[in-house]
Amino acid sequence: MAKSKVTTIEEAMKKCHDGMSVLIPGFVNCGVPQTLIQGVMDAGIKDLRVISNNTSVKGHGIGKLVHDNRIKHLTCSHIGNNTETMEKVVAGEIDITFCPQGSLCEKVRAGGAGIGGILTPTGLHTPIEEGKQIVEWDDEKKEYKFVNASDPVNGKRYLLELPIRADVAFIHAYKADTMGNVQYELTARNFNQPFAIAADFVIVEAEHIVELGEIDPNDVMTPGFIVDMVVQAEKEVED
Amino acid sequence: MRQPTNTREFIAWRTAQFFQDGDVVNLGIGMPTLCMQFIRDGIDVWFDSENGVIGITSGADGADNENLVDASGAPSTMRVGGCCFDSFMSFGYIRGGHIAATVLGAYEIDAEGNLANWMIPGKAAAGMGGAMDLVTGTRMTIVMSTHTDKKGNPKIVQKTSLPLTGYHCVDYIVTELAVIHITPEGPVLEEISKNTTVEEVVSKTGCKLTIPEGGPKYMEDCLSA
Repeated sequence: MAKSKVTTIEEAMKKCHDGMSVLIPGFVNCGVPQTLIQGVMDAGIKDLRVISNNTSVKGHGIGKLVHDNRIKHLTCSHIGNNTETMEKVVAGEIDITFCPQGSLCEKVRAGGAGIGGILTPTGLHTPIEEGKQIVEWDDEKKEYKFVNASDPVNGKRYLLELPIRADVAFIHAYKADTMGNVQYELTARNFNQPFAIAADFVIVEAEHIVELGEIDPNDVMTPGFIVDMVVQAEKEVED
Repeated sequence: MRQPTNTREFIAWRTAQFFQDGDVVNLGIGMPTLCMQFIRDGIDVWFDSENGVIGITSGADGADNENLVDASGAPSTMRVGGCCFDSFMSFGYIRGGHIAATVLGAYEIDAEGNLANWMIPGKAAAGMGGAMDLVTGTRMTIVMSTHTDKKGNPKIVQKTSLPLTGYHCVDYIVTELAVIHITPEGPVLEEISKNTTVEEVVSKTGCKLTIPEGGPKYMEDCLSA
């Protein structure tokens, strides 16, 4: 019988620490691991390096971490519907790195899949290319070469985007079985599936924790072997 | 199909006439979502939302599951036959050219089809979200915008100095006054509204426009074209 990974939020927080990098999925306030974020709030964990698509809404989800100054550095594509994040960035309280949403996903996937980087046309000729290497396809030699942004264009160009990994990933599941096999629901899947493979320690919160075998193998979207812990997701408590 | 009742709806109505039967289209947050209401009768268009759904519907009537939202995070519903996927797959479809068109707003668009819509130097930026991937990867980029900004300055300029969202990416600009096609030879004034003149459009545009032989068509006649 496989050992159960189901544990308490308190035990899960023992695996988290000040200064950790953490992948936090969700799209605005959908599919956000609210229970694990509340756990971080309650445990007083700070100086986080957060990788997320956006920062939820004010006072909710990642917005709680923003409001209480728990985030030292934020990598995201958008602040979401959260004006407080912008205020904190302007005030210099949060360092922010913007990353196009599709590139963010691919960078994290690369980090999780052992790929050394990705080549994408997204962000060329925009502020996103600053400080990054650009490659150009030479169709005669059938090879890529590195070029400068200001060089004359002689072939299809791509930005080299480097992989992202993190110490910990927080994942919000619809269903998880005791071994950590996960099924997501509808658009709550978003960044949960790509983020789940890119961290050293993966903690899942599930709306429904079920017995082994209750999720059809065809419906498992993240296999349990890469999940370290499973906790019960609670409805978000309003501040 | 219902008829537009104000300027924003008129721009959305004309934009929606670009869509073809069977297209999957991504609509930006705000004015572009109005396009859903103006799909011409007899064709079937599907809407993609980059948070991971094809088949998202207009309005939130009947939305009762917090795990189903649109790209603005608002509770939503789906058509029968729609489907959901993760963000990696979502942007694979977008970047890989599988989505027919993206519709979005702009601060400025220039004569080369460069688009600036995410950042104004000196002002805090909210982020580009999925816009850079959308304008880079979808098969057609349509900008919906008022022809001038609130102060009356042209939003269509010769060369934008704002940080770009996408380079050489805009195919069509639809405003309350005109439809401008960005071609490799430059911007062409293909259509004007019956409420304006070529002279007025030219005076409110910050770059040279090519006028087609015989003059532009009327936007209002696009259905019979």
